[in-house]
Amino acid sequence: MSNMKATRDAYGEVLAELGAENKDIVVLDADLSGSTKTAVFRKQFPERFFNMGIAEANMVGTAAGLAAAGKIPFVSTFAIFAAGRAWEQIRQSVAYPKANVKIVPTHGGITVGEDGGSHQSVEDIAIMRAIPNMTVMVPADAVETRKAIRAAAEYKGPVYIRLGRNKVPSVFSDDYYFEIGKGIEVVPGTDMTFVTTGLMTAQAVSAANLLKQEGISARVVHIATIKPLDQDIIVKAAEETGAIVTAEEHSIIGGLGGAVAECLAEKHPTPVKRVGIHDRFGTSGKAEELMKYFGLTPEDLADAAREVLTRK
Amino acid sequence: MQKEKIAVLEEMARNLRVSIVKTLHKSQSGHTGGSLSVIDMVTALYFHKMRHNPADPKWEGRDRFILSKGHAAPAQYVALAEHGYFPREDLMMLRRLGSHLQGHPDSKVTPGVEVCTGSLGQGLSMANGIALGLRLDAGKSRVYAIMGDGELQEGQVWEAAMAAAHYRLDNLCALVDVNMLQIDGEVEKVMNVAPIADKFRAFGWHALEIDGHDMAAIVAALDKAEDIKGKPTVIVAATVKGKGVSIFENKASYHGVTPNDEELNTALICLGCFED
Repeated sequence: MSNMKATRDAYGEVLAELGAENKDIVVLDADLSGSTKTAVFRKQFPERFFNMGIAEANMVGTAAGLAAAGKIPFVSTFAIFAAGRAWEQIRQSVAYPKANVKIVPTHGGITVGEDGGSHQSVEDIAIMRAIPNMTVMVPADAVETRKAIRAAAEYKGPVYIRLGRNKVPSVFSDDYYFEIGKGIEVVPGTDMTFVTTGLMTAQAVSAANLLKQEGISARVVHIATIKPLDQDIIVKAAEETGAIVTAEEHSIIGGLGGAVAECLAEKHPTPVKRVGIHDRFGTSGKAEELMKYFGLTPEDLADAAREVLTRK
Repeated sequence: MQKEKIAVLEEMARNLRVSIVKTLHKSQSGHTGGSLSVIDMVTALYFHKMRHNPADPKWEGRDRFILSKGHAAPAQYVALAEHGYFPREDLMMLRRLGSHLQGHPDSKVTPGVEVCTGSLGQGLSMANGIALGLRLDAGKSRVYAIMGDGELQEGQVWEAAMAAAHYRLDNLCALVDVNMLQIDGEVEKVMNVAPIADKFRAFGWHALEIDGHDMAAIVAALDKAEDIKGKPTVIVAATVKGKGVSIFENKASYHGVTPNDEELNTALICLGCFED
């Protein structure tokens, strides 16, 4: 976990690679191409890049039209404006017809930082997950982002891939095999399991190391695809370790924690503790300060593990 | 265009009106007024202007039709059925469970339907996207999108209007069915959208204003739109909600209401049929 790189930087690179490989790849952005890194594609393939201005609803509808014309549109802006502002366009124009549109927002979660609560999307996973036909992914690092974007380009249908603003430590090596809908055990363990997504997986790996010193064997299962959820790996973790802590840079309502709780309530009732944003908006601050403020540090995860173990 | 050809299109529109009324009488659910106001334009597009192939709905060289005012789906369905995209009998299953004729157009299930519409204000954006995609492929196909006047209240329409002009989409032609009524009453009173043509011109479009029930004028406007280069064209068509059936005409109450048995008979008499 030495290399630090933002998932949005990996996105910009792989998108340009895909542009060279497949002329059907087109990209739309809403005046944030420098921030979302679609500018890398724009510079190389200006005729296939469409700046739609600050008008996200039309951007999503236009992408649906491009898909209807046989193109593979990637749509980027900040997560709150993609999932939030254009939710109904995503539902009606993209998901309902099962249009081959890839919605890849950056700046998900509270690590957006100083811009504050208006720009920090803590609900997007929940509202995207609720839409039929939608696949929802949150990669852990730059390596997985590259693989997820490539998988999305191959997959036929709507995809939402949430990326982040800041550099995050690498969890995976280049030979990691990625598959949409499959979770992966990152750290083996027997006493309890962290089920995590996005940048929280690296936090959970650190938490597992903290717990090891106390003699607690914590498993870490990374879930890149929140929908469709890899229920098998979660039920297996519940059966084998008997206690689950979910963690996400998102509201504890309706995101990964919600999905895991739904799964286990029906398939294998198990004590669950959800770590995430507790039904509140974000706020201004430095990303690392906000991770502490909202209780998303390895220490917070270790506390959650100790708590859930008392209910085992 | 020759008068006989216009007369043939007018007769087709009359037949399709009959088909709409029968379909909606059978379904007892759907939008009568807006289907009848838009049918002359739909007829001109499907039976004169558009290149398309009912035997191969996905034929690459086809022109694209988007009914952004998706509640007028019966108008598109009767045109598709007349062309043989699917059997005419299917019309009698409109809005039924298991039918491929959904309440609003659904590209997943209905041959000849390009995109899903019905949530107002989204069709023009999709038309823009198709027009951009066709241009990237150097295709000669054109894109036609029909909106309602009430629909213009949706902000997304104007985002799309801005983008179509910005990208100089001269392979795109929008048509506005100005029947002046929406569910809650007169468009002018609910939320005024006038002046429509001037708004589009201010956004960088070429705008034509016609009588949306004058077949010769519709055909002439569609031909003219094809000659306008460097900008999209909008045809702003003044229409009558419920046109062709006197008891339905200009009544907001017939927006989402279907004919009962008695009204069907009256309608068929109005439309020159003497059958039941």
